[in-house]
Amino acid sequence: MTPRPSSARPFLTCAAILAALLAADAASHVLLAKSPFGAPAEPQVGGIVGWILAKQSEFYRQMSSTIRAAKEDGSAVWWLLAISFAYGIFHAAGPGHGKAVIASYLVANQETAKRGIVLSFASGLMQALVAVAIVGIGAVLLNATAATMCSAEKVVEIASYGLIALLGARLVWVKGSAFLRTWQPATPALALAGAPAAAVAPSAHDHGHAHDHQHRAQHDHHGHDHHHGHDHHGHDHHGHDHHGHVHTQAAAHGHAHHDHVHHDHVHGDDCGCGHSHGPAPSELAGPGGWQRGFQAIFAAGIRPCSGAILVLVFALAQGMFWAGVAATIVMGMGTAITVATIAVIAVAAKDIARRLSAGRDGGGALIMRGLEFGAAGLVLLFGAGLLLGYMAAERTTCF
Amino acid sequence: MMAVVRVVLAALTLVLGASAASAHPHVWVTATSELLYAADGTVTGVRHAWTFDDMFATYALQGLETKQKGVYTREELAPLAQTNAESLKEYAYFTFIKADGRKQKLVDPVDYYLEYKDTKLTLHFTLPLKAPVKPRDLQVEVYDPSYFIDFQMAEKDPVKLVSAPAGCKFGLVRPSDGGTVAQTMNEQTFLSGGANANFGMNFANKISVECP
Repeated sequence: MTPRPSSARPFLTCAAILAALLAADAASHVLLAKSPFGAPAEPQVGGIVGWILAKQSEFYRQMSSTIRAAKEDGSAVWWLLAISFAYGIFHAAGPGHGKAVIASYLVANQETAKRGIVLSFASGLMQALVAVAIVGIGAVLLNATAATMCSAEKVVEIASYGLIALLGARLVWVKGSAFLRTWQPATPALALAGAPAAAVAPSAHDHGHAHDHQHRAQHDHHGHDHHHGHDHHGHDHHGHDHHGHVHTQAAAHGHAHHDHVHHDHVHGDDCGCGHSHGPAPSELAGPGGWQRGFQAIFAAGIRPCSGAILVLVFALAQGMFWAGVAATIVMGMGTAITVATIAVIAVAAKDIARRLSAGRDGGGALIMRGLEFGAAGLVLLFGAGLLLGYMAAERTTCF
Repeated sequence: MMAVVRVVLAALTLVLGASAASAHPHVWVTATSELLYAADGTVTGVRHAWTFDDMFATYALQGLETKQKGVYTREELAPLAQTNAESLKEYAYFTFIKADGRKQKLVDPVDYYLEYKDTKLTLHFTLPLKAPVKPRDLQVEVYDPSYFIDFQMAEKDPVKLVSAPAGCKFGLVRPSDGGTVAQTMNEQTFLSGGANANFGMNFANKISVECP
């Protein structure tokens, strides 16, 4: 390990993440701007984006004629389902916030590819069902006008964006504290490993003060410490032995022999998730993780696709509502396949990052927590951006 | 360390893809546009007739009360036409006019109505220019910057010059003709705040009129 002043490391990491985020943002703009700007002599939107758009339009335009055809000839329904499925796949591959939210969520949390796939399908199904519900209740039961359904769509849309923002805010809070937690203990640990203890005494001392504060605020949680303290890494012990504060505090509770354990866990409880013990990676994979995952799909999936609404209303007018419902659900499944693919890539990318950073002393964990923090920030940005109108999602059909 | 972060974020960017980009069309409009001239040779406005695709037409007509099923009179469609005319303002009427390179302002539409004929729903409306102009070179573009609506000028008589001075000639460049991108690269592109905001420009219909 390098004898670089350890305090510089987190700042460097932070700067790197920030720079990379900006670069990523710029890159996405360049990627998107490519067709209008990159090749002004090209008359058509080319490349992958253009192709996806063309395919989507093609499938989408075929839907109305296929629904008409299905009225006469029942077998056309199969064709309708095939088109809807293909449309769903291409539709999700195009621009949209749903997959972005799910992918960011998966990176922010310690999610498995399997769970990413399940969440993607749940989200796709939910999107389809919301569309069916809006048209089913609005048009079939109430015979509402397009304007009324459109208002319903808008309300749902705002709710969805709000939920994404909330989810993002919560993730930022949890991941932010996890990031800071990884960052802080890293200081004495790295220093102690790389330099004589005497040389780092001042920094270790400051550090102890900070911990002590946390401890005071949280001491009614100390009951948990007994269960989980043993898993935690020992590197903090060193820092501890230097100061009396913690000892005093711990002694007051009669846990003098557990003081290092206490110390670790106080930070874990910081995350604000009530009695649960912080987002230690292995713990997130537990049953509670599913619940959290479904919050994500609810936020992302509650907003129906405008195309599905149009197809449903059209099918209803043709007296083929059931065909529209089937098409919408199949469309949702097609969407889910694309989103699931993206989810798997996101999870795999994170795994590569973990492997790459694993060999890097204490810095590896810091990178991973920083990455999760960044992804959490993206979810918040998506939510806030959509909510405030900075980011245009697909327009609702109000007009 | 930086390399790791960069690799991951690059992957993430690809994964998230074009999150802020525009949608693909959900509504198709077949348009005809008439350029209106006053007696003194100035251009006063544009009269559009936009025919919607059957899916959107069905959606728009959903829940409308009619005396006779499947028949929609102009009166029955009046409230919907008003909604359309009012909400179009938010999108600048998808009509972008330049006179000798200078952007022209439009005012609220007049004479708007919806017509339902042969299962086709058509929105008619006239967009007056805020100030009539008499340019040598007039450009009218019809497109949706976010490309939610795909505009195609009609095959037959897409453009008309109504009582234009003698010698005025028009040309039409359809998105499928190519060349629109090069020609629509202008300051608007750079003022619009981002590449994505004007993605639909690739699908613009461009009418140009030259008068002596």
